[in-house]
Amino acid sequence: MKYIDNDENRGKRIIITVIGPDRVGIIAGVTGILAANNFNILDISQTIMQEFLVMVLIVDSENSSLDLSMLKDRLAAKGAELGVRIDVQHEDAFKFMHRL
Amino acid sequence: MLTLQEIIETITMVQEEHLDIRTITLGISLRDCADTDPRASCQKIYDKITRLAGNLVPVGEEIAREFGIPIVNKRISVTPISLVAESSHTDDYLLYAETLDRAAAEVGVNFIGGFSALVHKGITSGDQKLLDTIPSALDITERVCASVNVATTKAGINMDAVALMGRVIKDVAFRTSDRDGLGCAKLVVFANVPEDNPFMAGAFHGIGEPESVINVGVSGPGVVKRAVERVKGGDFGTLAATVKTSAFKITRMGELVGRTAAARLGVPFGIVDISLAPTPAIGDSVAEILEAMGLERCGTHGTTAALALLNDAVKKGGAMASSYVGGLSGAFIPVSEDAGMIRAVEEGALHLDKLEAMTCVCSVGLDMIAVPGDTPAETISAIIADEMAIGMINQKTTAVRIIPAPGKQVGDSVEFGGLLGRAPVMPVHRFSSANFIGRGGRIPAPIHSLSN
Repeated sequence: MKYIDNDENRGKRIIITVIGPDRVGIIAGVTGILAANNFNILDISQTIMQEFLVMVLIVDSENSSLDLSMLKDRLAAKGAELGVRIDVQHEDAFKFMHRL
Repeated sequence: MLTLQEIIETITMVQEEHLDIRTITLGISLRDCADTDPRASCQKIYDKITRLAGNLVPVGEEIAREFGIPIVNKRISVTPISLVAESSHTDDYLLYAETLDRAAAEVGVNFIGGFSALVHKGITSGDQKLLDTIPSALDITERVCASVNVATTKAGINMDAVALMGRVIKDVAFRTSDRDGLGCAKLVVFANVPEDNPFMAGAFHGIGEPESVINVGVSGPGVVKRAVERVKGGDFGTLAATVKTSAFKITRMGELVGRTAAARLGVPFGIVDISLAPTPAIGDSVAEILEAMGLERCGTHGTTAALALLNDAVKKGGAMASSYVGGLSGAFIPVSEDAGMIRAVEEGALHLDKLEAMTCVCSVGLDMIAVPGDTPAETISAIIADEMAIGMINQKTTAVRIIPAPGKQVGDSVEFGGLLGRAPVMPVHRFSSANFIGRGGRIPAPIHSLSN
């Protein structure tokens, strides 16, 4: 089992998930917004699930001026443009559910 | 350390399986709001609620965005108004109900619970005034919920109160007949009522609670149903383990949201209520979980056993996931709020007697049941008495939320919309219980109440 994060920068990490039909420009579209706002990408994983692309990015928000809520809006708009669903969540939502 | 599979699982639970946090409920003590002048008392109540709950809705929305999990309801529970209003020089508590309604509207919550009285052993003058005010309060207010505790294992059943509540429920239905008896959906009669229940309509802020507190109610029948479907053909040990695992994950989200909300509002975190709370959405149904276990329809033989397994496994998984579990904590089986239950009733698979049996092994009771509008008050009281007996003897919470649907008969249905849903009118026994209910007095506490 591959762990796609580590315990550095706890509490500053955001998990971005992209789900939808694969097409050209998804990674570029998402990472472009992240780079422009100084989010550091710690990991990108992807898989195909029921013919859909599922991409998960773990990013460090430490040095970004954009808060989670604003990032969420921008990525949601980009997702609408690309025909995919993009969600942005604090990592605790996942850590709490699966770990004590 | 997280795996890709775990991240995808969480996303799927929210996006496809209706996982949500059903409610974060801010409990507020109003014990310092009593005053001999009812207007002064109501002003204190309004000021305190709007001061403490002012940030509840924005904080709830912020947390929902941050964690990517819907928080369906933000609500308030208060000290039972019968206790707060009792020292006021007034016979009419309508002003208190209007004040709660106004404060709830001001802070943007859809329900406020606590227009309540605890009368399991007897009725004080303040309790009596509150009970007399319930019909008009539920008629003229939009957001106020009322509850009355009429029995405990320690005290027995106050049958005078049970008789009275049959008449009160009929009166509420009559006064809200233009809305299909909607007022009855906001009135719960309890045995062994919990003091930290975050779920409406039965929530109030108990007398042993702190100044204010955050309690959380989770949901997640859809998640459990999908998990059960994945172990089709597995034995009961496998089934129970599967439900436990799902309940653990659901409850962890409740714990996270509750602790975060409490920290941001600057109040203590109380409990997670690990109930499976259905909604009328397809796939978000407790009945459908029972059917996924192998029953053709909810209500057929085997339903009570299936529900017992479900309820127990939810508790075991949930108890491991949260440091403080409380409230009702069990599977809810409201008819109108569960698409699978509605279908089972409409197809003749589920009757009132089977529902009563089911309430022996789960929370909470006969919930959101519509019965013919001409059902006598004594029959409604007798239905309540049966349910209270189950709670009293089994040392558990039971409740009745019943709607004698104005002008409706079996075959009709009442439509409340939203989370309250739609209830098909169910038949009741036609033989009278009037002479039994008419006896008056109390049913003594059972022998096992003598536990000291």
